[in-house]
Formats: sequence, C-alpha cells, structure tokens
Amino acid sequence: MSDHIIEIDQLSRRFGSKTALDDATIRVPRGLVFGLVGENGAGKTTMIKHILGLLKAEHGAVRVFGRDPVAEPVAVLARLGYLSEDRCLPQWMRVDELMRYTKAFYPGWDDDFATQLCETFELDPRQKIRSLSRGQHVRTGLLIALAHRPELLVLDEPSSGLDPVVRRDILEAIIRTVADEGRTILFSSHLLDEVERVSDRVAMLHQGRVVLEDDLEEIKNDHRRLTLRFQESPATPPDLPGQLRREGGGLEWTFLCTGIDGTQERAANEMGARFVAEQVPTLDEIFLAWRDA
Amino acid sequence: MNIHVSPKDGAPLYLQIMRQIRYLAASGRLEAGQQLPPVRKLAEQLLVNPNTVARAYRELETEGVLVTRPGAGVFLAGNGSPLARPARLRILSERIDMLLSEARQMNIGLEEVVELLHERERHLAKPEDPK
Repeated sequence: MSDHIIEIDQLSRRFGSKTALDDATIRVPRGLVFGLVGENGAGKTTMIKHILGLLKAEHGAVRVFGRDPVAEPVAVLARLGYLSEDRCLPQWMRVDELMRYTKAFYPGWDDDFATQLCETFELDPRQKIRSLSRGQHVRTGLLIALAHRPELLVLDEPSSGLDPVVRRDILEAIIRTVADEGRTILFSSHLLDEVERVSDRVAMLHQGRVVLEDDLEEIKNDHRRLTLRFQESPATPPDLPGQLRREGGGLEWTFLCTGIDGTQERAANEMGARFVAEQVPTLDEIFLAWRDA
Repeated sequence: MNIHVSPKDGAPLYLQIMRQIRYLAASGRLEAGQQLPPVRKLAEQLLVNPNTVARAYRELETEGVLVTRPGAGVFLAGNGSPLARPARLRILSERIDMLLSEARQMNIGLEEVVELLHERERHLAKPEDPK
C-alpha cells in the first residue's frame, strides 16, 4: 500500500463558468499534519468534498487509503473523521443522543474515549445542541469526528469565526491526535500562523491551482526576505533571481525570493548593491508573495 | 519551562525552541540534570506540532545540550561542563552577528568595532565614569 493517505491527481472542477479546481495535484503522507491554505474561494472546500466522496472527480483522480471515495464510500468514511466548515449538527438532539446516533455508523467508536473527550471539552452530555454556544458546538463536532479514532482526520476551516480559547482547543486536539496515535490530519485554514504552528507539510491553493506544496521546513529554507542597498538609485526597478515580490525605491529595495542560493548575492554585487538584511519570512508573507507573483 | 514561540518571528519554530532552551541553560534557569517536559506536553503547551518539539530535542541532543535516558525522559546534560560554555558562546555569537550587521549597515569597519568593544570594556570596568 502507498505511503500516501490521500492522492489527488490533476483534479479539475468547474461550477458553471467558475473554475473551483484547476489541475490540482497533492499527496498527503501518512502520519503527518497537512495544512491546506488559501483564501476563501481558493478551492479548499471543493478539494475536501472530493476527498469525502461528496463530489465525483470530473477530471483527474482522487484516492483516499488507495480507494476511490465515490465508488467505496463506506470503506473510506469508516476510517475518516470529519469536521465541516458549517458544522451543521442536528439541533434537536442532546449531546449524548448525537454520540449514540453517530456511534451506530462507526464500528471503531470508542465509548471511553468519547466520555473522556466530553470531559476534556467540558461538555454537558445532557445539553441540547440547539442551546450550545458556538465554541461548544465546535467541540461537539470535534468529539464526533474523533471518537471512532479515525486514521485520517479532515478539518475544514476548524477555527474560522471562533474566539482564541476555542481555537486553542482545536489546535490542542490536533496536536494530541498526532502525538497519541500518529494519525494523519488534513486541515484547511486561512489563518497562516495556525498552519505554521501545527503543519508538517503545506499546500497553497490559489484560484483552484496548487501554487506551492512542500514540507513546511523546506518552504522556510527556500524563501528569504532580502534587503539590498544600492550606491546609486537604479534607473529601473532592479530584479533578483527567484523574486516573487519587490518593494522599495531609491537606494533601498526589499525582495521576497525563492530558490535561495548564491545567485541572489552575485546578482546584487553585479548591480553594485549589497545585502543589508536577510530574514526568514513568515508563511503568511510567503503565501501572499506567491499569490501575487 | 518558560518558552514562547511565535510564527510571526519568521525563524522556524524548532530553531526558536532550541534557541530558548540554550538560553535557559546558559542563564542557569535550567540546571544541569534537570528534566525537561515530555515532547507531547511541551507541544501542547506551545501549541506546536509534536514533531517540531521532537526535532528541537533531537538536535540539542546532537549538540550535547540534552541527553535522553530511555524510559526516564529528556534531561539537561550533566554538570554543565561540556555544555555551558559552547551554549554561552553560541548565544553571544548570535548577538555579535546582529552587532556586525548593524555596523555594516552604518558603514563602520571591523577594526573600529573591535576598538569600540575595548573602549566599552574599559568603560564598564569603571561604572562611576559618566561617559
């Protein structure tokens, strides 16, 4: 069996005239936290719906655990936990009723673990879903997604619109899930600092295309913010090899470059400029640079 | 253990963790032989991927700053002797790098910086001297 829990190959999807995914290819290795980042409308949710088998691949292929989630939904979904972006839970049920109801679908449901999660998340099992706060609602959704100890946990924008306390819960749950069980997590987010905290590997989507996919560490290694100081103002805006973004004017120019090696410094020297600062950019800056490049 | 990491810093998170553990060790706030929190616990505290903490611990172990005793946990290396000085020098090197790059930006040469260091050293020795 492949070491990739999810394989998406050249997946394209259109809704009417709108392109949601455009020739997107990603590989999610086993045992890692994989962050799917991009702005709203970049195609993250569409990609997740293909992984869950809610959408059939029109162009390209989707494999989860080596299987087609549309052709074998039971085999795929039994091993997968999912927290949706809108987190719609049946409002009329109590928390314990929802737990019993969900348990029926999952042979791997672990009652002790569910009880433990209920305590950790400070949920009252007898409370009606309708009366839960926004934060409790997400915690309930997370409990439901985790209690059958899935091999793959899929979280779609788990922390959008939440206060820092609940966001912390979700991040902690992600961290515990990997630490405890070495399971695979795919989570989408537009909060890049969150992604940077917990991801091993990251894919950036922009307008349906995968603009960057790599281990977070490689991404960090391969990007620098370089500030150059010229002896005289260049007549035209200067260029550096691998530049994604250029800012500045006059004597001082700042670049965000990829493919960092000796070529940037050589190019600077040839233009009569020298490096005055070299910094590792945040994932946020890297993403914005790729988006606009 | 008082450690803070921030993605806004830019530096990879495992390097931020390494730097701060070295700092805590060099400043004596972490003592030789003292036990460090388990990977998972520190990961939850810092809200970072456990692999990141494990990586920082592993690299610090390679450097001789930490030792793993199987079944017992991770500890700051013994007696301070092999560890403390390199760790202190490393911290100092980072500061010096910053100083040198600032000097470069201000067009002040290395000799002048060294001269300035000596002057400040003399100055520190006589704190009653106002300038």
